[in-house]
Amino acid sequence: MTQTVSRPSESSGVARNAPLPLDVEAIRADFPILTRTVRDGKRLVYLDSGATSQKPRQVLDAERWFYENVNAAPHRGAHQLAEEATGAYEAARATIGGFIGAPEQEIVFTRNTTEAINLVAYALSNAATAKEPEFRTYAVGQGDEIVVTEMEHHANLVPWQQLCERTGATLRWLGLTDDGRLELSNLDTVINERTKLVAITQQSNILGTINPLGDIVARAHEVGALVLVDGAQSVPHQPVDVTELGADFLVFSGHKMLGPTGVGVLWGKYDVLDKLPPFLTGGSMIEVVRMEGSTFAAPPQRFEAGVPMSAQVIGLAAAVEYLQALGMDAVEAHEKALTGYALEKLAEIPGVTVIGPPDTVARGGAVSFTVEDIHPHDVGQVLDDHGIAVRVGHHCAWPVVRRYGVPATTRATFYVHTGYDDIDALADGIRAAQKFFGTV
Amino acid sequence: MQLENMYQEIILDHYKNPHGRGLREPFEAEVHHVNPTCGDEVTLRLHLEGDTIADVSYEGMGCSISQASVSAMYDLVLGKTVPQALEAGEHFMTLMQAKGDPSVAEKLEDELEDAVAFAGVSKYPARIKCALMSWMALKDASARAWGGPA
Repeated sequence: MTQTVSRPSESSGVARNAPLPLDVEAIRADFPILTRTVRDGKRLVYLDSGATSQKPRQVLDAERWFYENVNAAPHRGAHQLAEEATGAYEAARATIGGFIGAPEQEIVFTRNTTEAINLVAYALSNAATAKEPEFRTYAVGQGDEIVVTEMEHHANLVPWQQLCERTGATLRWLGLTDDGRLELSNLDTVINERTKLVAITQQSNILGTINPLGDIVARAHEVGALVLVDGAQSVPHQPVDVTELGADFLVFSGHKMLGPTGVGVLWGKYDVLDKLPPFLTGGSMIEVVRMEGSTFAAPPQRFEAGVPMSAQVIGLAAAVEYLQALGMDAVEAHEKALTGYALEKLAEIPGVTVIGPPDTVARGGAVSFTVEDIHPHDVGQVLDDHGIAVRVGHHCAWPVVRRYGVPATTRATFYVHTGYDDIDALADGIRAAQKFFGTV
Repeated sequence: MQLENMYQEIILDHYKNPHGRGLREPFEAEVHHVNPTCGDEVTLRLHLEGDTIADVSYEGMGCSISQASVSAMYDLVLGKTVPQALEAGEHFMTLMQAKGDPSVAEKLEDELEDAVAFAGVSKYPARIKCALMSWMALKDASARAWGGPA
């Protein structure tokens, strides 16, 4: 059994009285759900933003504004509502693109991160049988390799396993070190001339690790492979600029960044998107349709079949504006301070082991841990009884918990409304669990 | 306090000192069940003499509810016929669907013995699967042991 042991280092030293970068009380006032109580009148301590974030009133208002004022199907119809709905939808695309430094024509709306990854995976296998020669550019087949890492969320693993099964390609992966980082010593052999695509998370949803993407992107491009970055846990929590990132695709979900459920984003370099065949087909993604066959629209429309999730896109743009007003540098600094504080508080509790990097260097605000002799489900149940919402289980990253020899973990994740008081509550709750189960 | 309601003393006793734990020979069926939402696992072997359950042996990892449930099930079904054990499983399922209604637990007290202590779990939808996992494994093993070569 290999586990990573948390030891507070100098870099994680955060005093309780150091003011947090964000005004937590003012932010909490924007989130209606934080005023409710749970489990017999307890204050809701929401430490599960990594699963889905809560929504500020500004996002809810934007969705309501859309439905009450301009609701119509975008890109269809010539009536005034259709024009205004299209205008709002496309303005939102520009806002969301701007958030990651991308032009609007490189932003494709999907249902969520999972669907965005599947879109790329299916486009790569559809490429093999596409009748248009340019759509075969990135075809994946026998002898080709797809590279992932052992720390991927199932959403960035299973679609690639399935792509390999459909095409005869081989899946390879970068392993993990004992302290929750990527094992990069064999980078040059795992990513090689046969590699067609590297799919990698920017921040692990379970370990909190922020990966050194620069070296990996450079190696992938050296051998001519595409790079897809899973930004589901990074885009909501730190500044991300696609030009700096240098990858070919970036995917993320609206619901993890204060936005509505049902909307996610695939960003792709235009020249790459332009050479990909469609994934889902149907209305509004076409150029010309005849009974004998059809041709397809240019990106991003080629990848947006059917009436889109307009209100959710408008809501996501409002979420982006909310985050921009706070400043993503401040959001990142806020979570770093909280993570350092949490690592210190957890290290003070005997029997608690953090799974993941032990300090705040290249680490985000997802803190997984085990409590000796208490199963994570039981830890989570006691925390829930105290009004604290955490995630328990394998966090859709089963290979990671297996790698560290634990059946599951308890995970706390932070966001803009999280304060020191939430982390104090978590530490008290863990102690209460130890008392309840008689392990101390 | 709600916690004590769910984690009855009987449950914690079974969790700390499980009855019948460990895999044993002989057996006619072995099944492996997993709860894919949390990763809890149980491997369960069933040994029949005629239609009577002569042994249920098991190994597993999981939360207190899942581990205590298999221990209480062991006590309940040992020496019963397969149809009787499956009937007990149906009673347990009824208990899990009771949403914490105490009258359901009262009615099933004689049939379920210690397993009636899991009544509080039925108030927590996320935990019902934990309590049911071993019963599902037993049902599966019964089907195999009866259908397969003895």
